[in-house]
Amino acid sequence: MTALIFLIFAAIAVFCGISLVAQTHPIASALSLIGVMGSLAVLYLQLGGEFIAAAQMIVYAGAIMVLFIFVIMLLNAGAEATSKQIPMLNRYLGILLLAAFLGLISFIIQAMLPKTEGVVFGAFKDGTAAMIGRKLFTAYLLPFEVTSVLILIAILGAIVLARREI
Amino acid sequence: MDFLQNFFIISLIKAGVIAFVLLTALAYLQWIERKVIGHIQLRVGPYRVGPHGLLQPLADVVKLITKEGVLPSHVNRFFYLLAPFIAVVLALISISVIPFGPQITIGPVTTWMQLTDLNIGILFVLAISSVGVYGVALGGWASNNKYSLLGGLRSSAQMISYELPLALAIAAPLLLANTLSFREMVDYQSGYWLGFIPRWNVFPEIVGFCIFVIAGFAETNRVPFDLPEAENELVAGFHTEYSSMSFAAFFMAEYANMVTVTAVATLLFLGGWQPPFPAPYSDFIPILIFVFGGLIAIFHGLHPARRMDKFTLPATGLVFLGIAALFGVSFLVPVLKTILMALFWFCGKVGLLLFLFIWVRGTLPRFRYDQLMRFAWIVLFPLAMVNLLATGLVVALTSK
Amino acid sequence: MPTSVPISWYLILSAILFGLGVAGFIYRRNIITVFMSIELMLNAVNLTFITFSYTLKQVDGHIFSFFVMVVAAAEAAVGLAIILTVFKNRETLMIDDVSSMKY
Repeated sequence: MTALIFLIFAAIAVFCGISLVAQTHPIASALSLIGVMGSLAVLYLQLGGEFIAAAQMIVYAGAIMVLFIFVIMLLNAGAEATSKQIPMLNRYLGILLLAAFLGLISFIIQAMLPKTEGVVFGAFKDGTAAMIGRKLFTAYLLPFEVTSVLILIAILGAIVLARREI
Repeated sequence: MDFLQNFFIISLIKAGVIAFVLLTALAYLQWIERKVIGHIQLRVGPYRVGPHGLLQPLADVVKLITKEGVLPSHVNRFFYLLAPFIAVVLALISISVIPFGPQITIGPVTTWMQLTDLNIGILFVLAISSVGVYGVALGGWASNNKYSLLGGLRSSAQMISYELPLALAIAAPLLLANTLSFREMVDYQSGYWLGFIPRWNVFPEIVGFCIFVIAGFAETNRVPFDLPEAENELVAGFHTEYSSMSFAAFFMAEYANMVTVTAVATLLFLGGWQPPFPAPYSDFIPILIFVFGGLIAIFHGLHPARRMDKFTLPATGLVFLGIAALFGVSFLVPVLKTILMALFWFCGKVGLLLFLFIWVRGTLPRFRYDQLMRFAWIVLFPLAMVNLLATGLVVALTSK
Repeated sequence: MPTSVPISWYLILSAILFGLGVAGFIYRRNIITVFMSIELMLNAVNLTFITFSYTLKQVDGHIFSFFVMVVAAAEAAVGLAIILTVFKNRETLMIDDVSSMKY
């Protein structure tokens, strides 16, 4: 059951990833990225990261991608016509080399890791909001405060860059 | 009967029951809305299709199904068809974590009156409502129409702006209850102070409750925040180009969102399915209400000077008395009593909040768009933050 | 394999997604799609963090993944504001046309 769910959502993630790269229209790419994020959220749930899965959907798929889609709609970005710029041979050779590279990496990864255990859904019980909150406010307090300053800087930067000159 | 205890079979049965009840409730919620708004505006609302317009939802469904589904020529077809699908699916999914009652035992099966209880149930509802913005945004953009695009962008900007006060207003009872699951949140609100005041979260968190309801109005695009989709602004906004089933899908998604927001408000603030008085006394209230209502309806219906409603009022009275008899019978069957009492209080509270939504629709004018966004960022968001900080301070000072 | 999934499968999936992100970053010409490929890479890295957090039975991977999400949000906000400004000045979204500093 775990393996079946993993295979289905991994297939969806890879399919949406390929669609992100291959689609011409930016909105289609954005929707493919949302599909990747959704399937990754399910995989995080399988690995016991329930809070991170919910945070991924709320923050990434629900806020960041909405921002992307707003900008694409505002700028009226259309389908790009770049298929003539890169010769066909280069493109297919590139895809082939990418596939070979990824195959090599996959082989190395699965040869390096011990085959003792696998992922069992429910084996990792520390991914709750309570545990993450505890660690976040004790051991990782400094990064937490620094990221809040970072978000403040980002807000100021975005407002300054996007304001209208009167 | 061992297969009945299988988790999947039980969940399938529960999902079927909830889906059926929810879809019927959505259709009749529209009828209730039209009747209530009609009476607020001193008219009767739907009256002809069936007694008092009770078959009006059926007529509407038949009309919407048989209407010609116009697919405009210059739209982006995939997104045009995807947008109502996303809206409806996400609106209906969030009902799956709402608990309707406590644990019940029917025969060999012991189960909760909830489709599934997630540890992160509250975050799940927030996540679904965050992703539900895409139905609106894509619907507006895919219609290839400047009014739809403006309406879709405004509506999605409004929804994401009001998600912040919504989430902060949710965070305050979370601090009190120390849990993210709905079931434990309702269990935290059981018990009574001084023996008769229920321990609902609304009593310490009245500001949070108001912020949540106001943000809920904006999240579901209801009046007074419905500028992006109003009929006399922007030519109906993001659903201008949709007809027949797709339009019905958006409509259904809006009502399902309303039900979700009121259900979450009930669970987080109003104590869910718990009665407001201690248990032995509150069991008689449903029976009293229905008997009283039934007798009044029969009395007024059988008055000889009445010209209209000579049959419908006594019929309604008899139906109410029948429901009261059902509640009375449930005293003999304990599991039925648990189910009926929990459902009565839950649906009563949700019904009151839905009536508030419909009441506000009939009463208030709508905000202009810049007033709406200014209200979210300058009034509601700081208020929600102050509420959260005050709650945090009180919890930190009074915890052991 | 019947009931549990080997850890290497998650890492392989993360590597594939990262590779696809790099491919999109190099191949695409539209600046917003390039930006989205960066987000894909960040998501792949998040998956690696959470997988290793499961393997080592500690929650620190989740916390780091949380910080990655926060930084990605900040970066998306500022990056899209920059893209809006570039579009206002150059009126194009193709990165080939924005190749010189002087307009």
